[in-house]
Amino acid sequence: MNAAQDPEHAHTGRRGYRIGTLLAIVLTILPFWLVMDGVLDRTTTVVLIFAMALVQIVVHVVCFLHLDTRAEGGWSLLAFLFTAVIAVLTIGGSIWIMYHLNTNMMPMGG
Amino acid sequence: MSDNRLMQTIFGRLTWDALPLHDPIVLPVFGVVALGGLVTVFLLTRYRLWGYLWKEWFTSVDHKKVGIMYVILGIVMLLRGFSDAIMMRIQQAIAFGPNEGYLPPHHYDQIFTAHGTIMIFFVAIPLVVGIINFVMPLQIGARDVAFPFLNNLSFWLTAAGAVLVMTSLFVGEFARTGWLGYAPLSELDYSPDTGVDYYLWALQIAGVGTTLSAINMVTTIVKMRAPGMTMMKMPIFCWTALCSNVLAVAIFPALTAAFFLLMLDRYVGTNFFTNDLGGAPMMYWNMVWIWGHPEVYVLVLPAFGIFSEITSTFTGKRLFGYSSMVYATVVITILAYLVWLHHFFTMGSGPTVNSFFGIATMVIAIPTGAKIFNWLFTMYRGDIRFDLPMMWVVAFMLTFTVGGMTGVLLAIPPADFVLHNSLFLVAHFHNVIIGGVLFGLFAGIVYWFPKAFGFILDPFWGKVGFWGWVIGYWIAWTPMYVVGLMGTTRRVNHFDDVSLQPYFIVAMVGVVIIAIGIFGFIMSIVMGVKHRRRLADTTGDPWEGRTLEWSTSSPPPHYNFAFTPVIHELDAWYDMKRRGYERPADGYRPIHMPGNTASGVLISGLALVMGFGMIWYIWWLAALAFVGLLAVAIGHTFFLDRDYVIPPDEVARTEAHWHEQGALT
Amino acid sequence: MSGATSDETPIVWHVSEDEDHGAGHSGPTALGFWIYLMSDALIFASLFAMYGVVSTSYAGGPVPSEIFDLKLVAINTALLLASSITFGEAMPHMEAGRVGPMRAWLVATGLLGAAFLGVELYEFHHLINEGAGPQRSAFLSAFFALVGTHGAHVFFGLIWMVVLLVQTMQHGLIEPMKRRVMCLSMFWHFLDIIWIGVFTFVYLLGVLR
Repeated sequence: MNAAQDPEHAHTGRRGYRIGTLLAIVLTILPFWLVMDGVLDRTTTVVLIFAMALVQIVVHVVCFLHLDTRAEGGWSLLAFLFTAVIAVLTIGGSIWIMYHLNTNMMPMGG
Repeated sequence: MSDNRLMQTIFGRLTWDALPLHDPIVLPVFGVVALGGLVTVFLLTRYRLWGYLWKEWFTSVDHKKVGIMYVILGIVMLLRGFSDAIMMRIQQAIAFGPNEGYLPPHHYDQIFTAHGTIMIFFVAIPLVVGIINFVMPLQIGARDVAFPFLNNLSFWLTAAGAVLVMTSLFVGEFARTGWLGYAPLSELDYSPDTGVDYYLWALQIAGVGTTLSAINMVTTIVKMRAPGMTMMKMPIFCWTALCSNVLAVAIFPALTAAFFLLMLDRYVGTNFFTNDLGGAPMMYWNMVWIWGHPEVYVLVLPAFGIFSEITSTFTGKRLFGYSSMVYATVVITILAYLVWLHHFFTMGSGPTVNSFFGIATMVIAIPTGAKIFNWLFTMYRGDIRFDLPMMWVVAFMLTFTVGGMTGVLLAIPPADFVLHNSLFLVAHFHNVIIGGVLFGLFAGIVYWFPKAFGFILDPFWGKVGFWGWVIGYWIAWTPMYVVGLMGTTRRVNHFDDVSLQPYFIVAMVGVVIIAIGIFGFIMSIVMGVKHRRRLADTTGDPWEGRTLEWSTSSPPPHYNFAFTPVIHELDAWYDMKRRGYERPADGYRPIHMPGNTASGVLISGLALVMGFGMIWYIWWLAALAFVGLLAVAIGHTFFLDRDYVIPPDEVARTEAHWHEQGALT
Repeated sequence: MSGATSDETPIVWHVSEDEDHGAGHSGPTALGFWIYLMSDALIFASLFAMYGVVSTSYAGGPVPSEIFDLKLVAINTALLLASSITFGEAMPHMEAGRVGPMRAWLVATGLLGAAFLGVELYEFHHLINEGAGPQRSAFLSAFFALVGTHGAHVFFGLIWMVVLLVQTMQHGLIEPMKRRVMCLSMFWHFLDIIWIGVFTFVYLLGVLR
């Protein structure tokens, strides 16, 4: 995050940014193509688009937000990982709980 | 007809009927509050205190003053929340069989909702945040928090939320949904009046304040520690403050989102938590408890930190197992996210889900138990001084342990199916929140009061307050455990079974004793002020403290420390005293400090107006306030030079004054 | 200046050079803003969770494959990604203190962002006209809330951008301005990351259902 402070870092930061841009474009076009042209079967497509979304998120965080182990003495990375865990717990936990609720309690309508 | 429509455009759904002109209970209260307000305004004007309050307090970004304002807000709201408690206890003590009591369900439901909402959001949170605000920067050797203006804004947003809740008492109604506003009861179909809207807007505004404050505190602890203070040399209270605020940053979004979606349901007509068109009411429970359970740890972890500091100070020993205490705190921080479903085992997610959350809940007792042993071993063979703060620690350990054990009992899903929504559960969480959080906050207030004001609280009245609370707590809540175990449910304003009445009468006696405790606490402040010369602390270190806040004067100067300290060991101030540290008497340098600003008050005031407009459907007012709020916020960013510099000779004068004072005693 | 014990080397008790807490890149702003973004990400996590739970609760109303126009979403995704890239182009100019080029790239970013919002509003308008408004079913409520909240963030990002354009014109790229541009860039990239989740989880997965 503090690329301005040393030119060396700024330079590698720029290269990372170019690579990130390319990857981001590819990882955006691919899933749209997979779904819009229906090239693969459904399950494979779902798995692939989720995998690509995860990779793209990592690409953006590393190349655009310049998150690495050194930023803010590692605190930024720690905060990010912690947030990722909480986000997975919130989304995964909620869906797991509500799925079991719906299975057990037979929702009406819906 | 057109006249009517005009009135509706101007006033929304606000009419004269919204005022409690015919209510035999609320009207006198309104009269007393209005009179009290007028007297306060008169006195402030008479003694020309408005300018002083505005310049020295309301617009101040000094973390110490913001902290003190938080604590004052918390204590004022404690009185309101406690009056609700007394009303409930009286009602439940008399409303048996043919006697309907004096509170009809419509009113009673508002009271228990307001009681819970106020006690958590406007008592516990402000007190915890206030103490962290005051103490933590001093303990890490900083001159202020990372974002001083944000700190002031956070306080005023919280205060704006409190004002909205108080407004609901006199203009319109408060929610009748329980303190978490459960859907679908809180949906427009079942709660069409303003109650839930008051609830939502008050908590949403205050919640923004709490989130901003948490971000501020985490950043402060990470970035502003004095040189040499590594994470493992940081006072344990700062560790608990860090974990508590990390939790708060991570959970408040879930609550904000849940409230936001419920607002959309109520204002836009969406179907998130409705019974129709695919809505999922239980998802609301899920989301609020993703916030709600960790929130308990947001409150109790700093209390644990306070107990740790006090135990170490008053036994004259280093805290036993400092690093295990740190690890236990971190483990609790993470486990806190894995237990939320235990608040609705009975929802019907089935054995797989319930087992997971039940076991996770029981596991969390392990690090908590480790902490209790750490405190006990710190006391073991220590030279214990039973001053008031230490008395609170012992009372906490005895009381909280019982609450912890009933918690483990409730963590067993089959047992929870019997005890869910019973008074046993209510007794359990009052046991941990009063016995853990509130006792901790009182301990903290007594412990750090001399640091904040320069004199200790009156010990006699402090002890009256202590015994009132401890004895009162046990008398009030033991009968609740008993009737709860027998199956009595919560949130009921009338009982048919007369045989239960004695228990509720005993509980009411307990509340009266707690009232004596509150009176004692207030008297300890009043008498402390009266005898402030005799009770004065001129050394800055009245308790033989061990951490950095005791190395500066009481009250500390604006800039906290004339020189930024360098830390070599845990218990930095003890280390300094032990190695013969002497205060430098010259060589002061100019100190860079953040300047005051009115933006926090203005933004929060406009947020309050916006909330009021939204609650009463006065759309033009809400829109205007929102635009104004944005304008002030943006305008604030145009002022770049808000800081000022304290010149060295002023620092020298301040320090010299303190040294003279110390020399006199 | 320093207290000293009698028998050992002097112990340093105080910072001798006055360090300045608030200034420069080492100040707390970057980390504080990062933590804010994490907290905002969790608001989106809750909205995603809500959407996940009711994503098939159509209540007899329209289903995703009937109402989602992937071509439109692809255009929007391209606009937002492009705006992220243009903001990235502004950053080296900001770091070097070249205010003119930086402002130009910022304007480009803002225009792309505004175009994104325009397309999104068109989509919303179209859906509501078709009878697929947020009141129709829990699925649609969650869709509008999630995508709309993201859109609102973009909107506030645009306001912020305008404010910064004015302020950099007034003051040039002084230290506080650099800090603010850096925060806005983090905010903007963050919104693009959220959008990755939106187009995958909501649109693409929705059409596959």
